[in-house]
Amino acid sequence: MASAVISSSPFVCKSSTKVKGLGFSSFPKPSQISVHRCQKKSIVSVMAPQRSSPATSGSVKTGMTMTEKILAKAAEKSQVVPGDNIWVNVDVLMTHDVCGPGAFGIFKREFGDNAKVWDPEKIVVIPDHYIFTTDKRANRNVDIMREHCREQNIKYFYDITDLGDFRANPDYKGVCHVALAQEGHCRPGEVLLGTDSHTCTAGAFGQFATGIGNTDAGFVLGTGKILLKVPPTMRFILDGEMPSYLQAKDLILQIIGEISVAGATYKTMEFSGTTIESLSMEERMTLCNMVVEAGGKNGVIPPDATTFNYVENRTSVPFEPVYSDGNASFVADYRFDVSKLEPVVAKPHSPDNRALARECKDVKIDRVYIGSCTGGKTEDFMAAAKLLHAAGKQVKVPTFLVPATKKVWMDVYALPVPGAGGKTCAQIFEEAGCDTPTSPSCGACLGGPADTYARLNEPQVCVSTTNRNFPGRMGNKEGQIYLASPYTAAASALTGHVTDPREFLQ
Amino acid sequence: MAATSLRSVNPKFTQTLASPPTKSPPFQSPFLRFNPTTFTPKPLTTRSTFVTRSSAAEPQERKTFHGLCYVVGDNIDTDQIIPAEFLTLVPSNPDEYQKLGSYALVGLPASYKERFVEPGEMKTKYSIIIGGENFGCGSSREHAPVCLGAAGAKAVVAQSYARIFFRNSVATGEIYPLDSEVRVCEECKTGDVATVELREGDSVLINHTTGKEYKLKAIGDAGPVIDAGGIFAYARKAGMIPSVAA
Repeated sequence: MASAVISSSPFVCKSSTKVKGLGFSSFPKPSQISVHRCQKKSIVSVMAPQRSSPATSGSVKTGMTMTEKILAKAAEKSQVVPGDNIWVNVDVLMTHDVCGPGAFGIFKREFGDNAKVWDPEKIVVIPDHYIFTTDKRANRNVDIMREHCREQNIKYFYDITDLGDFRANPDYKGVCHVALAQEGHCRPGEVLLGTDSHTCTAGAFGQFATGIGNTDAGFVLGTGKILLKVPPTMRFILDGEMPSYLQAKDLILQIIGEISVAGATYKTMEFSGTTIESLSMEERMTLCNMVVEAGGKNGVIPPDATTFNYVENRTSVPFEPVYSDGNASFVADYRFDVSKLEPVVAKPHSPDNRALARECKDVKIDRVYIGSCTGGKTEDFMAAAKLLHAAGKQVKVPTFLVPATKKVWMDVYALPVPGAGGKTCAQIFEEAGCDTPTSPSCGACLGGPADTYARLNEPQVCVSTTNRNFPGRMGNKEGQIYLASPYTAAASALTGHVTDPREFLQ
Repeated sequence: MAATSLRSVNPKFTQTLASPPTKSPPFQSPFLRFNPTTFTPKPLTTRSTFVTRSSAAEPQERKTFHGLCYVVGDNIDTDQIIPAEFLTLVPSNPDEYQKLGSYALVGLPASYKERFVEPGEMKTKYSIIIGGENFGCGSSREHAPVCLGAAGAKAVVAQSYARIFFRNSVATGEIYPLDSEVRVCEECKTGDVATVELREGDSVLINHTTGKEYKLKAIGDAGPVIDAGGIFAYARKAGMIPSVAA
């Protein structure tokens, strides 16, 4: 029955057999699955999703999804259902230079100047947002975090003191979400919170990870607990062989375009299927990273050998993976045949303003930005370099490269790109005329202080591997940002227009 | 009730007040300055949550917000509410808290002719923000509801919210996030005079300029938390955490 549903996209099969009273129509007409803004849809705004009442006969135990299981365990309960308000034990709390001072400020105000954090080994402080700037307040915020970490004996503080040379700082890492993974803080089955919306990235490791504000973080600092409402889960099953020109960024932009920027509000997005199983950890991170752009509470991918391999190489802390039960309830089911998908972009000014990259080839661009937690990891640069090398041409517009972390930067300079005769990413970038890879940080993804490298200070058109393109996101309010995969970004740099990477990859 | 004396200052970093910043703004409510011709002024209740947070609100009590509306559209994201360049301001620092208020909604495009906070001002003249779908989407930055509250807004009435913004509004108690049942952003205009009345089961938005009334959805579980003054005050009341240590 599910396969009889016709949607506007031939690659999507939406099964609504398990939708229970949450405002979704059972068989949406093609016109209702809009790829653009959600004005025509009625979004049910709920903080508490309406709970479905399964027709149980008393002793039948309801199956739970991955997220429900993780939260149940963290709340020391045997069973939870969506809608339950529960107190959850936190395994890791992350904060950075922008929200850390506020979170600690609230912690001290509420728990007392002499209060101690609940566990100095479970807090990870990662300066990454406004680092390489002369903005005095930004610099001060890193100093404030240093003070707090010293006072509280915080074990993991990836400090930076020498802003002139990032390599001179032994502890500095860079972008928090990538650093968390690289430093072994992401583990299946755990609860990870961060004062940043893209904390959902860590869901790639089969854990519950979501962003919170300063006040919630201040509360966690003191108690190690947080009050959460259990979200229902939307399941996205991606099957089929990943085409050589497609990346995880294309997959998530495809999905957000399908369900809109509020399509997953208050819900979990669970990704599974043969395509997911074929993805590397970094690609899985890209997928989960943008869950928040669909309004999602958290994203999650079942852990497997790929996950265990990555994690066990970086930490010896034991973990316990969990998986959705066969009889778990999902609030929506989407299926994608990935082999039929094409590279996509999100046009200005919304992450759900999806369009095929090849249909935007007349859009003239002014610059390209490759960086951020979404698209500035080692594999993202490898991909861009691979395309540039295959093309053998020079970029036509300024192309800014911002490695997410120190490790990524080193990989860019040290690792040979497959099929490029031993050349490194850095060499290929230089030959193609890109800007020199800069100091690792969040950079211009979110604009930042006025002197931030690659900030959009004029109303220009930029193709970017970042995560949001709302007005003013990278600086100038009239700037036009096209969100894209690293392949699409590199291809666009070569032509000076938004370009489908197949122009250079096939 | 939390002590209001300032704690000892560590010269290295900024001092914080012992109690959450009270919302007794020095400026006059816009209602008192404004001379409309079409309605009878209603007295503001002095027990509005935002003026004396220390006193617990009674369940049957009527909470009223009154003033001018500022109308925005759908998907107003956190970069429009408070552009990222202002995130260097730390909200728990009183001076920087005020500064954040002065930048509230400054990220809205130029198509918004009336600005939420006039250039040069620290506070807004609008008490009620009227929004569309998915208000507050984007970042988890708490600066978003904080700057709206710091600017002097009392409530947002929108069709729907992004979850982190909603959660942060409740946790901080900075602004009341209310759900309308219809598309009020298309029926109200910036500058309309309105009242929001919250009662058990029967909350309304009254637009005095147009004469229309709109039902608001019940705030539900979030109500007791905002009533108490945010998550910390609520947790203390519920015995989850001890009172502020001496």
